[in-house]
Amino acid sequence: MGLNDQTPTLHTEEMVLQMGPQHPSTHGVLRVELVVDGEVVVDAIPHIGYLHRCFEKHAEAMNYQQVVPYCDRMDYIAAMNNDFAYVLAVEKLLNIQLPERVEYIRVIMAELQRIVSHLVAVGTYGLDIGAFTPFLYCFRDREMVLDLFETTCGARLLYNYMWPGGLSHDIPADFVEKTKAFVKQFPKTIKELNDLLSYNEIFVKRTANVGVLPPDVAINYGASGPVLRGSGVKWDLRKDDPYSVYPIFDFDVVVGKGEMGTVGDCWDRYMVRVREMEQSLRIIEQAIDKIPEGNVQAAIPKRIRPPVGEVYVRSEAPRGELGYYIISDGSQNPFRVKGRAPSFVNLSLLPEISRGYLIADMIAIIGSIDIVLGDVDR
Amino acid sequence: MITKNEELRTKNQDIKVNSVARYFSNIGKGFWTVLVGMKVTMRHLFTPAVTVQYPDARMTIPERGRNRLYVNMDDCIGCNQCAMACPVDCIAIETAKSLPTEDLGVTSTGQKKRLWVTQFDIDFAKCCYCGLCVPPCPTECIYMTNVFEFSDYDRKNLIYSFITLTPEEVAQKVKQAQDAEREAAAKKAAAAAAAAAQKATQAAQKPSATPVVQTATVQQGPPAEKKEAEKEDSSEAKPQEGQSSGSSVDLNESKPN
Amino acid sequence: MHNFVTYYLGTGFIGSLISSALPIAFVLGYALVAMYIELKVSAHMQDRLGPMRTGKWHGWAQPLADVMKLLQKEDTIPYAADKVLYVLAPLLVFVGSYAAYAAIPFSPAYIGANINVGIFYIIAVSAIVVLGILMAGWSSDNKWSLLGAMRTAAQLVSYEIPSSLAVLAVIMVVGSLNLNDVCSAQAGWFWNWFIFGKFPFLFITFVIYFIASLAETNRSPFDIPEAESELVAGYHTEYSGMRFAFFYLAEYANMFTVAAIAAVLFFGGWNSPFGTFMSGPVWGAFWLITKGMVLVFVQMWLRWTLPRFRVDQLMYLSWKILTPFALVNLVAVGLWTVLK
Repeated sequence: MGLNDQTPTLHTEEMVLQMGPQHPSTHGVLRVELVVDGEVVVDAIPHIGYLHRCFEKHAEAMNYQQVVPYCDRMDYIAAMNNDFAYVLAVEKLLNIQLPERVEYIRVIMAELQRIVSHLVAVGTYGLDIGAFTPFLYCFRDREMVLDLFETTCGARLLYNYMWPGGLSHDIPADFVEKTKAFVKQFPKTIKELNDLLSYNEIFVKRTANVGVLPPDVAINYGASGPVLRGSGVKWDLRKDDPYSVYPIFDFDVVVGKGEMGTVGDCWDRYMVRVREMEQSLRIIEQAIDKIPEGNVQAAIPKRIRPPVGEVYVRSEAPRGELGYYIISDGSQNPFRVKGRAPSFVNLSLLPEISRGYLIADMIAIIGSIDIVLGDVDR
Repeated sequence: MITKNEELRTKNQDIKVNSVARYFSNIGKGFWTVLVGMKVTMRHLFTPAVTVQYPDARMTIPERGRNRLYVNMDDCIGCNQCAMACPVDCIAIETAKSLPTEDLGVTSTGQKKRLWVTQFDIDFAKCCYCGLCVPPCPTECIYMTNVFEFSDYDRKNLIYSFITLTPEEVAQKVKQAQDAEREAAAKKAAAAAAAAAQKATQAAQKPSATPVVQTATVQQGPPAEKKEAEKEDSSEAKPQEGQSSGSSVDLNESKPN
Repeated sequence: MHNFVTYYLGTGFIGSLISSALPIAFVLGYALVAMYIELKVSAHMQDRLGPMRTGKWHGWAQPLADVMKLLQKEDTIPYAADKVLYVLAPLLVFVGSYAAYAAIPFSPAYIGANINVGIFYIIAVSAIVVLGILMAGWSSDNKWSLLGAMRTAAQLVSYEIPSSLAVLAVIMVVGSLNLNDVCSAQAGWFWNWFIFGKFPFLFITFVIYFIASLAETNRSPFDIPEAESELVAGYHTEYSGMRFAFFYLAEYANMFTVAAIAAVLFFGGWNSPFGTFMSGPVWGAFWLITKGMVLVFVQMWLRWTLPRFRVDQLMYLSWKILTPFALVNLVAVGLWTVLK
């Protein structure tokens, strides 16, 4: 539908447009400088840094325990996964053996958080494309999970729940049954979402064959998460570089197959997120019945003073590969904490996948990469 | 979960070649998916709304909810653990040593209180509600309540002061602690001078004693006193320093203020 | 049935004034009700409540409050705007939308102007809206407004064709452009309505007309011009206060116009669905307004269900799908009428 209709005889000047930092559809404060030739985008240069809060510098001044609330605030929509990666890194430095109960609960929380984060991604993507209603259905279900989180650790968005060596609180008595209730009723929401948005012909026409990302380009750029899997590359850190107790659970790695258009288009990336929610539900179903008994705070050290050394631990956050590189100099404060943010790397793809498409497609493309500016800028 | 849409999708995959057929199947798919979507929204028109009409109706905050902090000063022993645990330095604590004659009472956990807490400010504009200050407290006097409606028009009003002493009492306690410390320092200095003088006269009487040992013993005295004096110095209330987090020896040197 | 206004008040100045002021009263009242319905319908479709506090009982006064708010806003005109065009644009848009009410047969006893070319007049006068929108976009002195206005103009002009072809099919069956005649041709019980009686041709005609008219009113899924989450913000970005209220009012007036036309052409107009039961001059107005409101509700329902089209897809829909179907449909209806 008019992707590359540039007639060589008619030469026009290129125009530079700013999709400014304040824009309803850029998922945060992101400035995209578009160079357009008529309606066709020639280049899209993202400018970031509007949300930079010096996370890495702050981390050097706190002790390991105090860095956890800061980690939450990187990717604030998927805070549990941020904490998870960080505490895994610290525990690797300290070489702690965790009680099984801690591992199970962490996995359940991480998968619940993945569902929540994908609900936000999917809902706001619908909003960008113009469908107002699925957004509210997604958020209605999100409330159930946030209530679960609130009864467990007291907060709805920024949890400070996973501490190096354990968890801040044990799960309350009604957590298991409430989670089971959620697991039971969530598939209906996914079905509704599919009926209303995913297979809607208008939505498909807006997103299929748009923003196609070939798999080799994705790998070269270091993309990860649904962006990479949407292009057909079967790479999921929970299976390929497993951590915690993920090897125990049986789930599929969802990959884009080009059902509606080309492999690696926006629809594929969107659908990977929807299907990943189903897979997360499977993991939670398997885990929720088998949580072993134990004390979640047994392994938390009184004073965290890791030996001198460095470690890089990566985990599968909802947005991609989230890694923490920690250098310890033997003191209570880390010497350096670097967060490898998935959105930052995925955003660098933007110029590559938006060339040749229309301005109106830019919204669809940016939404499908699913960035959170807290993650991009830290 | 195979929806009708998914079935249609897989069925129509085969018609990729014939473009006329694709044209018509697109139109058909368009209509069908629109109707399915309309059915979903129509069904939702009749489901009850999930809105809780705040402020007339409120949702209950769970017991572990992390909202505004509260400090029960009767139990606070001024140990400064909460201020040290805070990642954003929003707790400012100053204490004054009590005189041996004063009885501050016992906390509910049975600990005897020895410090007057002369400043305990929490700046809720800075607080990130992480709850890291709650576990280190030995008497569990700081905890998070379920109060979340405390916004204010002026940022300064968000600095909550939890101490139970009046400003005059604070000034008095600080002064008496300073006086006591000064007296003690003077007494110790006098005692050290007297001891040094005595040792010097003894040394003059016994020249065979090894001077190294003597200087060592003599030197051990003042540094130890100096350390004690330093500790007492730093535990005094310093009214000039506004937001400094009280006394701590080594851990918080690198913390930005 | 005679027109009661002209019967009692004559066709002089007073009579004509009353005749033309009645629809305005209707439009203003209807706009408030339609705004409220939109707020509530959209809210309940999204599992929420909508306005509940303004006016104490379920927020009934919300549209009034909105109108008050718009009225008291500062009237800004951009510095480099073309002042004459800027001021005239909302008026033109509203006039174009409102002028169509002259020929809508509200009841057998009342029609603003009982002209022989009723429906032709309506289609023609609705095209003034395009002019107004172009003026608004151009005079705002804003790149995005201009782009938005051009897109809107293209959209409106393109969708007039299938819309007119669909209308033409019905007119061929009736044989007259006068809308009162169209209503009279559907007298009787509801199976006499065109949408049922001449199924499937006129059913497809109705679908084509409904989709085309949805695009005419700039409603979702065709709301690129006023989409908040798109790159361009739309032709009425620079308008605030009462001028914006005109655009808003014109949109709602347009919605009812197309709904009423669809009701007249396909659903029997002012005829009661039960034959002579509950029919008469006053009942006629009731039925027409009810049918119009049902179709307005369907428009709102579609808005909250569907995502929006991209501009080129919109054009594709109009030129490559709706227009061919409308043409084939026209030929089919014509053949059927002749061969019947």
